[in-house]
Amino acid sequence: MSSQLSGPGSTAGATDLAGDGNLAGAGNLAGAGNLAVEVSDPATVSSATQHDRPDSSNGLARTIVKSWKAPIAFGIFTLIALVLFIVLGRDGISTFQLSNSNDLIQLPVVETPTRLAGVITTILLAAITVLAWLRVRANRRVPLWLTSIFGVLFLFGFLAWAAAGQTLPVPGLLVGTVSLSVPLIFGAMGGVISERVGVVNVAIEGQLLAGAFASAVVATITGSPYVGLIAAMVAGMLVSFVLAAFAIKYFVDQVIVGVVLNVLVVGLTNFLYSQVLSKNAELLNTPPRFDRIAIPVLSEIPIIGPTLFRQTIVVYLMYIAVAAVYFGLFHTKWGLRVRAVGEHPQAADTVGINVNSTRFRNVLLAGAITGFGGAYFTLVSVPSFNREMTAGLGYIALAAVIFGQWDPIRATLAALLFGFASNLQNVLGIIGSPVPSEFMLMLPYVLTIFAVAGLVGRSRGPAASGRPYIKS
Amino acid sequence: MSDTAVAATPQSPSGGSSTPAPAGTPVAPAPRSNQILRDILGGSVVISILAVVLALVAGGILIALTDEDVQTASGYFFSRPGDTLQAIWIAVSGAYSALFQGSVYNFGAVDFAKGIKPLTDTLTFATPLIAAGLGVGLAFRAGMFNIGGQGQMLIAAAAAGWVGYSFPLPYGIHLVLAVLAGIAGGALWGGIVGLLKARTGAHEVIVTIMLNYVAVYLVSYMLRTPGLLQAPGSNNPKTPAMLPTAVYPDLLGSSYNLHAGLLVSVAATVFVWWLLSRSSLGFKFRAVGVNPNAARVAGIDVKRSYVTVMLISGGLVGLAAVAQVLGTVTSGFSSGIDAGIGFDAITVALLGRSRPWGIFVAGILFGAFKAGGFSMQAGEGIPVDIVLVVQSLIVLFIAAPPLVRAVFRLPTPGVTGKKKPVRLAKAVAAK
Repeated sequence: MSSQLSGPGSTAGATDLAGDGNLAGAGNLAGAGNLAVEVSDPATVSSATQHDRPDSSNGLARTIVKSWKAPIAFGIFTLIALVLFIVLGRDGISTFQLSNSNDLIQLPVVETPTRLAGVITTILLAAITVLAWLRVRANRRVPLWLTSIFGVLFLFGFLAWAAAGQTLPVPGLLVGTVSLSVPLIFGAMGGVISERVGVVNVAIEGQLLAGAFASAVVATITGSPYVGLIAAMVAGMLVSFVLAAFAIKYFVDQVIVGVVLNVLVVGLTNFLYSQVLSKNAELLNTPPRFDRIAIPVLSEIPIIGPTLFRQTIVVYLMYIAVAAVYFGLFHTKWGLRVRAVGEHPQAADTVGINVNSTRFRNVLLAGAITGFGGAYFTLVSVPSFNREMTAGLGYIALAAVIFGQWDPIRATLAALLFGFASNLQNVLGIIGSPVPSEFMLMLPYVLTIFAVAGLVGRSRGPAASGRPYIKS
Repeated sequence: MSDTAVAATPQSPSGGSSTPAPAGTPVAPAPRSNQILRDILGGSVVISILAVVLALVAGGILIALTDEDVQTASGYFFSRPGDTLQAIWIAVSGAYSALFQGSVYNFGAVDFAKGIKPLTDTLTFATPLIAAGLGVGLAFRAGMFNIGGQGQMLIAAAAAGWVGYSFPLPYGIHLVLAVLAGIAGGALWGGIVGLLKARTGAHEVIVTIMLNYVAVYLVSYMLRTPGLLQAPGSNNPKTPAMLPTAVYPDLLGSSYNLHAGLLVSVAATVFVWWLLSRSSLGFKFRAVGVNPNAARVAGIDVKRSYVTVMLISGGLVGLAAVAQVLGTVTSGFSSGIDAGIGFDAITVALLGRSRPWGIFVAGILFGAFKAGGFSMQAGEGIPVDIVLVVQSLIVLFIAAPPLVRAVFRLPTPGVTGKKKPVRLAKAVAAK
């Protein structure tokens, strides 16, 4: 089928196999379909790119398939809630503290009896599960808002259960979430652009680390964190340049290059750190830090203000970056080209887009964005560079890209979720968590495996991502 | 869906063409990743050697640039350039001679028995690298990227270690049981990946990376929880020491670290060689690796192959963990027991071009880098991380033969094949 669509002699088009499965396999047909829709009708762009149309994985049958995944997943979580909140229920009062002491508008603390909250939450969760089951039985989809409500309820129940007899500082939890998510979100934006244009970016980790290193050194030498930011972008671009050169020019497998680049950057920065930085820490590794800027009025909104509007300039630029990537990808000529090259390079080439140079430039752009995120490590969170200070966050960012289904907004939400999970572990560690911290830390990775395995939703990347384009 | 479109292209499974573009073949070719893998496997030995040389040169440049004597001397380079060159020579030759003396033969030692110790250290470091490299390489041959060596090693170490210190058993049986437990642990963690790929199409790279972290947290939880893996009466996240009945015997006496795990690695190499070139299962793996579509048309159960190959691959990586737990670090292990071997194995497999004996040689080379790297750090004060840089550069250069050929101005074997598609493209563009 696909060879009919893409014509004889195609390399990227007809090379699909079911072995690649959900990630790339069936995307070919759907990808070609998406393109046609996008060109003719820009209004459907966002829905067409989210791959939420039901089609079977072999791309042949287009009948509506009842997906029981959501009700089953809801049921499992409701069972967990039943066991955790009621059977293993804890007694006491859970206190949620909503304001810091120095806030202008003080919200009262919320106190709930732990066991009661657990029971009510479980009943509500069970009701939503039944509702989802009914909807699927009536051949209708489970809407996203229902899933969201389910998630928030479960989270509330869990927090109430975990904080039995304790006080949970909600503003601290949220502020920490944003802080931990910033490099993840920048990395995810880099990953989204790179993968949308057809180059798998496993080197996010390396780009973050290179950005952190370069920004620390340059900001220390020049004494200006802004120059450090630019250096971080250049360093990220350098890593991207190697990735692009090997992947696009020499057709080396992109995953191999990515993994090896990560090792290379770790080795290089470790070597330079031990050999040069640690000997001249005063001269080379004491970068000035960005101060927090509170935005007037907005920063006084309860809960939201301290979380979003008392941050450093890097975070404010992050908001702009996410919005720009979203707008750019789905509402500009640039974005259409990027997605065309990533979905069906043959077709893009036919209409006169230079596939390889488009890929090269956008992979560089992705590196710059990710490197920018790397600067957050040294210019905002910790005042100096350390060995391997990114600690695998690049891989979590990659997970966020996949969990967010290659969509900038969803990837950002996924990154926030991962940041929340690791910060929740920090906070629960302070007040004494009933769950071992390792299991909280494991959560993002387990979620990603579920997402990739298609249990949570259909996760399918750009069709041509990971394949070099060779003109034939 | 492209089942019907695939006319099984007659391609020798061993590969051999180094030009990536099958110019002008109208039949649907294998997926790109499989062809690229074939190119990696198909390059010549010369490229491998030149890649090592090139990477060592790059490492030398890095050492020279960061050396303090070189920096001082280069301050007056134009008045006395000889000083700079001499400082560079001292720094680089000192580093590499320390690397050699730390990995092959120590000329400063009093007698031959002491002088040869570095070589045995190299073999000790190479033991797990070979086993894990074989696992990764076998998966490569079936078209799978097993990046999950770290996770598979940790789970295997937990399994082998638990058997190793928990039950007192007779000598011999205990060791065999512990080794089998390790293999089973690795196979389990690898098998999950194969199963997910076969059943849901989940990309193995993502799954293996994620499973690495899951294993890290799972094992570190078990290590700090009394009753699971933590040594009784201790607060450290560390297991008890292995029982002597479960430990690999020393090969050359107690003055050397070399243990019988090396023999197991040699046996594993022979096994993988037999599997790949003499068994029907290995033939299926290679067929799937070259072109899964064609393999399916030929009646090979591709999904089952994915599961099987990941089980065996994980088991081999598990052997590496066994070598660590029951051979190198027998006094109980903590969460760093994998020592980066899972990732090094990828480079070993790539350098060995996924051939069993190639991996064996590559494993010994990287073992030498590890052994020598530590003595280089101790003797010359050059951080051991330079070894990481050299290793990753080697793989990068090997993965891109055209780059190495360009650097050394070697003739390109497939010159005609390489130019044709360009002309074709121009012709298409002209139309």
